[in-house]
Amino acid sequence: MSLIEIQEIAKTYGGIHALDGCTLSFEEGHISGLIGPNGSGKTTLFNVVTGYEQPDSGSVRFDGDAITRLSPDKVFDRGIGRTFQLTRIFPRMNVVENLHVAAQRSGGFRSELSRWSSTSERARAKEVLDFVGLTRLASEMAGNLSYGQQKLLEFACIIIARPRVILLDEPAGGINPTLLRHLASRIRALNDEGITFVVVEHDMEFVMGLCHKVCVMHQGRTLCSGHPDEVRQDPLVLEAYLGTDMREADLTRSGAN
Amino acid sequence: MAVAEAAPELLSPAEIDRAFRDPFSPSKRTKATSWIVLLAVLTAFPLVFTNPAVTSIGVFTMFFLLAVVGWNIFSGYSGYISIGHAVYYGFGQYTVALLIMHLGITSGVSELAIVPLAGLAGAAVAVPVGLLVLRVRRHTFIVLTIAVMFIFQLLAFNFPSITGGSTGLNVTPPPWSGNDYNLPFYYIALGTAAIGLLTSWAVRRSKFGLGLLAIRDDEDRAKGLGIKVTRAKLIALVLSAFFVGIAGGLYAIFIGQVFPQFAFTPFYDLYLAVFAFVGGLGTLSGPVFGALLLGPLQQYFELQFGATTLYLIIYGVLFVVILLALPRGIVPSLADRYRTFLASRWRRAEERRGVEGSGVTAGSMIASAPGAAPAERGGS
Repeated sequence: MSLIEIQEIAKTYGGIHALDGCTLSFEEGHISGLIGPNGSGKTTLFNVVTGYEQPDSGSVRFDGDAITRLSPDKVFDRGIGRTFQLTRIFPRMNVVENLHVAAQRSGGFRSELSRWSSTSERARAKEVLDFVGLTRLASEMAGNLSYGQQKLLEFACIIIARPRVILLDEPAGGINPTLLRHLASRIRALNDEGITFVVVEHDMEFVMGLCHKVCVMHQGRTLCSGHPDEVRQDPLVLEAYLGTDMREADLTRSGAN
Repeated sequence: MAVAEAAPELLSPAEIDRAFRDPFSPSKRTKATSWIVLLAVLTAFPLVFTNPAVTSIGVFTMFFLLAVVGWNIFSGYSGYISIGHAVYYGFGQYTVALLIMHLGITSGVSELAIVPLAGLAGAAVAVPVGLLVLRVRRHTFIVLTIAVMFIFQLLAFNFPSITGGSTGLNVTPPPWSGNDYNLPFYYIALGTAAIGLLTSWAVRRSKFGLGLLAIRDDEDRAKGLGIKVTRAKLIALVLSAFFVGIAGGLYAIFIGQVFPQFAFTPFYDLYLAVFAFVGGLGTLSGPVFGALLLGPLQQYFELQFGATTLYLIIYGVLFVVILLALPRGIVPSLADRYRTFLASRWRRAEERRGVEGSGVTAGSMIASAPGAAPAERGGS
């Protein structure tokens, strides 16, 4: 059974069908890629899964339980964390405080009255900062970090909470190749430890190199899915991305902005 | 899940402290000493300056201090700027006045003993008010808090059988005179303000308080990280209303009268907001500085130019000047400048020693990202 199962999700904004009966599933332990042209519904799908948007119809199941229409905090409590296309950090809090926002909120209100900076939690934060390579900036205001550093911080904020699934919305956008390789290696390392990933990304090299399985969306529906090599060859995909008669085109180059 | 579940590598607390220490932040001891010195100065003040005219300015300043510290627990940390805290202030005033009247309390000590109930009344009314106004954000929230405040003012005007309407209520003042009258109010307000500050400090270091700051910065993302935002905001509002309610209760006894237009007044909230802004919104010490600097000034202006409201213009100009010079308020802006100063001095010292920047491998790699900020950046 798949970890996340999305059934016939529809979502319209006025006359626009952002999601039009989208059905797909993501396997536990995989890094799944979600690609598709702009406006194909990828981010909307993330928003529906994580509770930021309410679908018009359809259902989302996580590990067998329906999580359709749960609020974002409840979805997070279930073990689904996400990042945003436009990186979102807490700019007027420092890096360590940013990390602690997400860490260990499961203990009810009594635990909320406890110090956020207890020794064990700080050890955990240090571990995560070492893991993404931001330890040196621990006491810096998050708003002062560069864009690439903010991406890493946003990522760190999610992993500190030990989710089962992490949804990454365009993690490669606007960061340099060195940092991108660093990020990919972190994703692989976490995946080796059993965390499931779903990655929305336009950088084809990144997606094809990282993902076990790639799913292509077009106009609010799933166009096809499969191993990266199969998807790369699929004529429907080429057509969706590039219009007709572009079979010769190199997806690797055209996808990356 | 190694990162996920492996036992945290056994770093000693000292090692973590070293990694996380902010090199440009004052030490704990410096901070604690400053607070103790400040408390000592405020405690000694009315004993040194014994002129009742001066101590009564001190009393009003302490009332403001107490209320603005309370206001900051909600508005400062959560970023929801309330211009409706006069609801809790007014509720505190009427609670005390009505209780004293109906219970026939006459001794000054028993009157003051009722004041905590004013805080509880403020906190209680904050629950329904909060459930209503916390549905909206930002500008709409500000407008809605003002609207609710005026509704309470109208209610106070229009239920004369309970509130006395526009003739107000009289509270028999305690039978003391001169400084014997002022000092109990001064010290009770100072003590409650100290409790308020301790509460504020406890909130700031708790996970609950961290959640409030996250709400201030990005509420939707905070929600996506598991924070129960509505509950957090409501609890902060209730805590905040408690202290403002006490300020109202003390004020009612001190002045001896309660009127709708002075209990539920927009000016009160403007003072609280301006004090907190000038001192530094959402910091522990900012509201204290704001109240201690501007509270006496407000009293002085009101005494000098009280007949007209022209002094409000001077006040407004002062507010604008401070915000232009120190846009984030006195405490954060000065702290930032101090950090910049220390950081540049530190960097110059490094250069003199001919040390290359502290080249941590991962860090320096990340610092090469486009538009990377220099690691030991200072202010702005």
